[in-house]
Amino acid sequence: MKNREILELEVNGHRRQTAARPYDVLLDVLRDGLDLTGTKRGCDMGTCGCCTVLMDGKPVLSCLTLAGQCEGKAITTIEGLKDGAHLHPLQKCFADAGGSQCGFCTPGFLMTCTALLEKNQEPSDGEIREAISGNMCRCTGYVKIIEAIQQSAEVLRARKAGNEGQADV
Amino acid sequence: MRAPLSQFGVESPSSLEDALARMEASGGRLTPMAGGTDLYVYLNAGSIEPGRWIDIWGLDELRGIAEDKTHYLLGALTTYSQIRKSPVMQQALPLLVEAAATVGAVAIQNRGTLGGNIANGSPAGDSLPSLLVYDAEIDVRSVRGSRSVPFHQFYTGYRASVLAKDELIERIRIPKAAAARAGASRFIKVGTRAAQAISKVVGAFALHRGEDGKIDRCRVALGSVAPVPCRMTQVEDHLTGQTLDGELIASAVELLDEGIKPIDDIRSTARYRRFVSLRVFERFLQESRES
Repeated sequence: MKNREILELEVNGHRRQTAARPYDVLLDVLRDGLDLTGTKRGCDMGTCGCCTVLMDGKPVLSCLTLAGQCEGKAITTIEGLKDGAHLHPLQKCFADAGGSQCGFCTPGFLMTCTALLEKNQEPSDGEIREAISGNMCRCTGYVKIIEAIQQSAEVLRARKAGNEGQADV
Repeated sequence: MRAPLSQFGVESPSSLEDALARMEASGGRLTPMAGGTDLYVYLNAGSIEPGRWIDIWGLDELRGIAEDKTHYLLGALTTYSQIRKSPVMQQALPLLVEAAATVGAVAIQNRGTLGGNIANGSPAGDSLPSLLVYDAEIDVRSVRGSRSVPFHQFYTGYRASVLAKDELIERIRIPKAAAARAGASRFIKVGTRAAQAISKVVGAFALHRGEDGKIDRCRVALGSVAPVPCRMTQVEDHLTGQTLDGELIASAVELLDEGIKPIDDIRSTARYRRFVSLRVFERFLQESRES
């Protein structure tokens, strides 16, 4: 444990402490330090998007992000997406539409799309394509992924309309 | 393969002053790290030696877009996402916004910085030709003081620059006069695919004509065709003061052909780079002529 320091991170809404070397990247701290193995190491060179997590709501590549730079930031990983026992609409729709096949790229896609749908609940296919252009999938051919994202956007819009409807009553 | 990182350390300065003092005290052995989008690619691959790093990501005084009377001011830590979203940048520096949009994809754009692109000094750096077109000046700082370097004089050779070992890039200044006189302009990037690609050829061109129709300001900047991103001043001089016609276009393209020195490497061939550079430049001139 030579050369390790205690790193305190806010991950998925919880304060977590772990021992890390000063140069460790976030990906290693999440997977090896915090046992959050949903975030995947793909290329390890910032090309595939498999290791995407959210830092203060924005997608970043955890394989290229110094863990120490995440102190004081809110980190969200795939494990933080579901709401209790309920899957996030993106998780449900990726499963239903066949947007996840081997599944290795899926956590990265879901984090990227979470950020997209947070700011834009009516994305065009073009906007979706641009948003996911940094995430690679070698199984699906992307068509079903885009369908899944459109379906999620629909669910989120319906949910929002429902909430607003209730507020009006 | 993971790099053997045992001799590797990271310092976390509390302010710009603190960072500069540490860089001076280290005798030039600290290398700045910001978003890490270049450095960790090399470190993860084991292709650079572990060293001592100074993490400047937290220095908010180096972040953000501002302007004064004469210049647009971009802090060294300004990210590509911030450049893309800025209404001022969209209006005034479209070539830089377009370049920012082609860097990696959103997750890279959230972390990659303009100062990092400059300091990394890759001849393929996507933002660099646009900065050359806009006559950018680089403000650098150390405990010894501040100085400003015209960007076209910043690099001295392949991945080598005038930056001293104790100096940090503080901000990028772009003269409003240069931005206002860009005229017809075009950013081009040719890579293997639209996203997540490192350029085979990257370039930015601008051509401004006076009321008499003659070219009175012209910038031709290319990356990946020489050891450093560079302005083709011979081509610029050849075009300036002239009226754009078929003969001038042909002779300008010929001069560009003589001026570039592309190489074969893992991403492309010298032959392809030369062919593409000439074609995109010729097309830009033809479109400018017709507009």
